[in-house]
Amino acid sequence: MEVNIEARRILAVSISKLYASRTQRGGLRLHRSLLLSLVMKSARDIYHSSRESEALSGAQSTPEEPMDTSSTPELPERQPAPLSEKNSSETAVEESDNKVEDYDLDTTEDKENLSPARQSRKRRGKASAAPDFLPNKRARLEPGEEREGDKIGPCWTVLSGGIFNSVST
Amino acid sequence: MQCGISAGKGIQLEGPGGDMQWCFSQVKGAIDDDVAEADIISTVEFNHTGELLATGDKGGRVVIFQQEVENKNLPQFRSEYNVYSTFQSHEPEFDYLKSLEIEEKINKIRWLPQKNAAQFLLSTNDKTIKLWKISERDKRPEGYNLKEEDGRYRDRNTITALRVPVLIPMDLMVEASPRRVFANAHTYHINSVSVNSDNETYLSADDLRVNLWNLEITDRSFNIVDIKPANMEELTEVITAAEFHPHQCNTFVYSSSKGTIRLCDMRVSALCDKHSKLFEEPENPSNRSFFSEIISSISDVKFSHNGRYIMTRDYLSVKIWDLNMENRPVETYQVHEYLRSKLCSLYENDCIFDKFECCWNGNDSVVMTGSYNNFFRMFDRGQRRDATLEASRENSKPLQVLKPRKVCTGGKRKKDEISVDSLDFNKKILHTAWHPQDNIIAVATINNLYIFQDKVN
Repeated sequence: MEVNIEARRILAVSISKLYASRTQRGGLRLHRSLLLSLVMKSARDIYHSSRESEALSGAQSTPEEPMDTSSTPELPERQPAPLSEKNSSETAVEESDNKVEDYDLDTTEDKENLSPARQSRKRRGKASAAPDFLPNKRARLEPGEEREGDKIGPCWTVLSGGIFNSVST
Repeated sequence: MQCGISAGKGIQLEGPGGDMQWCFSQVKGAIDDDVAEADIISTVEFNHTGELLATGDKGGRVVIFQQEVENKNLPQFRSEYNVYSTFQSHEPEFDYLKSLEIEEKINKIRWLPQKNAAQFLLSTNDKTIKLWKISERDKRPEGYNLKEEDGRYRDRNTITALRVPVLIPMDLMVEASPRRVFANAHTYHINSVSVNSDNETYLSADDLRVNLWNLEITDRSFNIVDIKPANMEELTEVITAAEFHPHQCNTFVYSSSKGTIRLCDMRVSALCDKHSKLFEEPENPSNRSFFSEIISSISDVKFSHNGRYIMTRDYLSVKIWDLNMENRPVETYQVHEYLRSKLCSLYENDCIFDKFECCWNGNDSVVMTGSYNNFFRMFDRGQRRDATLEASRENSKPLQVLKPRKVCTGGKRKKDEISVDSLDFNKKILHTAWHPQDNIIAVATINNLYIFQDKVN
């Protein structure tokens, strides 16, 4: 349980660091961003496994829906359901992973003009929500609705969305 | 870096046993506690003879100190260094295409071996490498026919005879001029430059690529390592440092954020993506934590002078690798193991991202690296001894021998020990340098440069 709290705290700290690094002089640092995302992944994984063990031991958390991690381009779906901080933190990390692909500014592909659908490969679980330690909630998307460049939304998706985009200078 | 010099000369004292002891010699830089960001020292490097000591700072300036010639033969005064040249190497730039500012901070300085009267060094910021020529002028011509001494043109009618201008002595003037600018070759931030032993080429490394340059040619470089994945989502490691072998001009190494070192041979292929050797130590599973990846990232890699060993610095330790053994280091030295239980706080205050450098002494018997609280550590490989010393203004009196420091890791704190919680994590020594031939060391705190020498009997 303590590990759980620790993992959440580390996630919160990591996200605020990612956010702060966007305004850093000299541009985003790839090495630092990579390390931050690795810590977030670790924290997320530990959070997952501790939640799973809680669920197994009959704790009262709601069962998670399995994440569909197929590579079909899907719109990010976020619902303000009051549970599963795990999924949100996973979302944050996945977003940062997803946005890595947009970092490639010196190839011939026009990455900057990718549609948001293409950018987010992973479908968010229906039970995802903004956890209490993160600032905002994200509006639920209707099917077919596009989110403009993923630029709106809680800061934690915006910030992780851009880390690898802007690192290259 | 301002150059208010507080000079104190270390004088030899008898010490117990045969231990090497260090004396304070000089400290350079502003005294006040309010540190101007531009004055933060970002790199320190002796030249190949040790006569010159260069520092770079966050403001893009390079300051070069020169060893006092008269003192070279006086053992106790041989570590007196005075300002030789100061110049602005890099300016802040703006990349309009990407809307990003390019910092002027000097990431690395590397000296070229001296070939003639002038000195040459490479200095680099995040994007651009420059070759600087530092030359002395101690004579000036006098007796021009058409001009007066103050530069005004003489009235032609008054010129009745021709004379040959003569060179007369003048006060020494040291001039620094940029001879080459190597730009636009790096998409990511440059972390290393290294001059090849062939004295013709050098490498520069950023997060994902290593480029090979000819010192004479600025509009072209060869990419010799490229670890950028086709899909950036698959990025798992970056290059953190790179260096050429000191003697073999075909060999270089680069370290990664995953704690591995790759040795590459440029004769094998044009693109050295396949390493010739991979140095990696399996992780100790009992040390696993949220921050394992961060602390295993290598912040510096240095060949020994004899070219047989590589030294790497990660967050908590220094490792020595034998080039002939890839599966584990031959020596591991703990720099500040007491920080392992504090990694979470160090992550929160960003200290865990600090990049410490390390250096060898001239005969590869001792290695040195920095720590927090303005402590720095020395590891004597042969005698299996280590020391913790402190660079501070309190210990900067003339005659002062540095007293070994000790961090209390638990239990009762002895007198003179400092507890882990009292360490000042804002006072960090990231950059240190060792004179190539002598026991003189330069240790950079945030904005001051300390010079110490071993005590002479």
